[in-house]
Amino acid sequence: MDLATLIQILESTLRLATPLLFACLAGLFSERAGIFDIGLEGKLLIGAFFSAAVAFWSGSAIVGLMAGIGASVLFALIHGVASITFRGNQLISGVAINFLAAGMTVVIAQSWFRQGGRTPALVGDARFHRLDLPFAAQVRDVPIIGPIYGQVMSGHGILVYLGLVAVPLTWWILYRTRFGLRLRAVGENPAAVDTAGVSVVRLRYAAVVITGVLCGIGGAYLSTSLAAGFVKDMSAGRGFIALAALIFAKWRPWQALGAVLLFGALEAMANQFPNVNLGFVTLPNQFMTALPYILTVIILAGFVGKAIPPRAGGAPYVKER
Amino acid sequence: MKLTRILLGATAVSALLTGAALADPAIIYDLGGKFDKSFNEAAYGGAERWAAATGGSYRDIEMQSEAQREQALRRLAESGSNPIVMTGFAFMSVLEQVAPDYPDTTFAIIDGVVDLPNVRSIVFTEHEGSYLVGMAAAMASQSGTVGFVGGMDIPLIRRFACGYAQGVRAVNGDATVIVNYTGTTPAAWNDPVRGGEITAAQISQGADVVYAAAGGTGVGVLQTAADSGILSIGVDSNQNHLHPGSVLTSMLKRVDNAVEAAFTEGAEMETGIHVMDLAAGGVGWALDENNDALITQEMRDALAAAEAAIISGSVVVHDYMSDNTCPISVD
Repeated sequence: MDLATLIQILESTLRLATPLLFACLAGLFSERAGIFDIGLEGKLLIGAFFSAAVAFWSGSAIVGLMAGIGASVLFALIHGVASITFRGNQLISGVAINFLAAGMTVVIAQSWFRQGGRTPALVGDARFHRLDLPFAAQVRDVPIIGPIYGQVMSGHGILVYLGLVAVPLTWWILYRTRFGLRLRAVGENPAAVDTAGVSVVRLRYAAVVITGVLCGIGGAYLSTSLAAGFVKDMSAGRGFIALAALIFAKWRPWQALGAVLLFGALEAMANQFPNVNLGFVTLPNQFMTALPYILTVIILAGFVGKAIPPRAGGAPYVKER
Repeated sequence: MKLTRILLGATAVSALLTGAALADPAIIYDLGGKFDKSFNEAAYGGAERWAAATGGSYRDIEMQSEAQREQALRRLAESGSNPIVMTGFAFMSVLEQVAPDYPDTTFAIIDGVVDLPNVRSIVFTEHEGSYLVGMAAAMASQSGTVGFVGGMDIPLIRRFACGYAQGVRAVNGDATVIVNYTGTTPAAWNDPVRGGEITAAQISQGADVVYAAAGGTGVGVLQTAADSGILSIGVDSNQNHLHPGSVLTSMLKRVDNAVEAAFTEGAEMETGIHVMDLAAGGVGWALDENNDALITQEMRDALAAAEAAIISGSVVVHDYMSDNTCPISVD
């Protein structure tokens, strides 16, 4: 493997990891507050569709991004109402969100654009442009730093950098603010939070709204930055891989970044080398694609430390009378 | 009793009358819908061309859900439409059930094979069309490396890959053909992001022409090729207009010709397997104002010669699906 290939894989890793990162951080907020969310996939999809559709009409990727976030937050609130207010089963509500998004996006796209469930291709400002980081061109020839900063880090859509900034921000919110402390507490022991006079319901709603915002950005990144338009089911299971990454990271932000980069790298390598020849055995493409899930199962099985979910996760909070 | 008989008689007469009045052809579009900018829209174009040429009328139904297939098919058959054309292999199992119930109706299925006396099974020789665009790719390539991005890894897509690789090697025996499949599940048809990343990976390995046979995933392939300033090749319908100047050509599957022919021949059409090959105008490559400047005279001559050679049988393009192997590795 030469340097150019390595750089290409790293570059591709960063691009592929970004939608996973947004979805993973989205799941982190929700699950840390005690709301399991397997509807990440659906929210990515609805975010991708509405950002592409509105970006097409308005000709502005930013306006599209806002619409994608709005749609995703709306779906997050449906999940919230079902699982917080009406204390429904969070898994079932999440599945419903996924089905609803998969069906609705195609039906609306067909009715609006009549292109078989697609949006028209986005051109010009309707897409996020690739940004060159400052001094990227100047440092390109410097050894080591040049390729890493000038080629791997530079030249992505702005949402990639937003995702990278979101990681320390999430860490800071969770571990250094009063809101974060309460959010974590409400996922572990909501009764204690309630006793302290803090509204469990309000905290959990805040968490699902943040989830919606992050999923919306992730979806917009898929359709208006990586691709140029929406195609049906274009999230292609990324919401589920993000969930796997979340477990892999044991519900912690920095580790989440590591997990999505690892999973992104696996996908990038699978794209570059469909069949990996190790000399004594050839690993087929399918193995590389399945590896994120295999790793997650290994983590869940407790071979590499123990993954303990937030204790109150999945259980609706019932105030004692 | 008498009343019943009269009623029965009246029903029979009216049934005959409606049958006679509505012996129009009909077409059922698959789930993508009539205006999917691809397969179904091509079928629609063929039907419209028939209507414009003959002044006739036809009925059509757009499928809204998987469950409607049988209902839609029976409804058209009951109403006396004849022949009935359906687009897509997904109709195969339903047609096997329905066709024996209407022995006087002729059915035609595109891209699927149903072995019944009143069914025409229309198949295309995608390997021949892919061979031609493979030749074009090899002639347009500066680097001697070209790429192929397939959708789901199934024999049909390997048929595209195999024909393409043969065409490339026919022009340049030393050329490298990088073959990637997007996945092994149906999600592989609709993952433009992955398609784009695969294209980027192929570009980094030196590919400067990429052929996408991957449904919705191909949108991402063509986009990345255009963003990176290399050439791409579309599939099924003419996709040259998507990125003028970047899409070298498109491998055409002339679904429109198949539908028009079926409508023209009407209920008396020959049934059995109907191969739409290069000679029958079933496959080809697209040339229009969007790629006129990209296709040199040399390429036009070479492709025309190859077409003639394939039609005359002096060049045989190996069909992957005939024995599930390919002379050039497409793994």
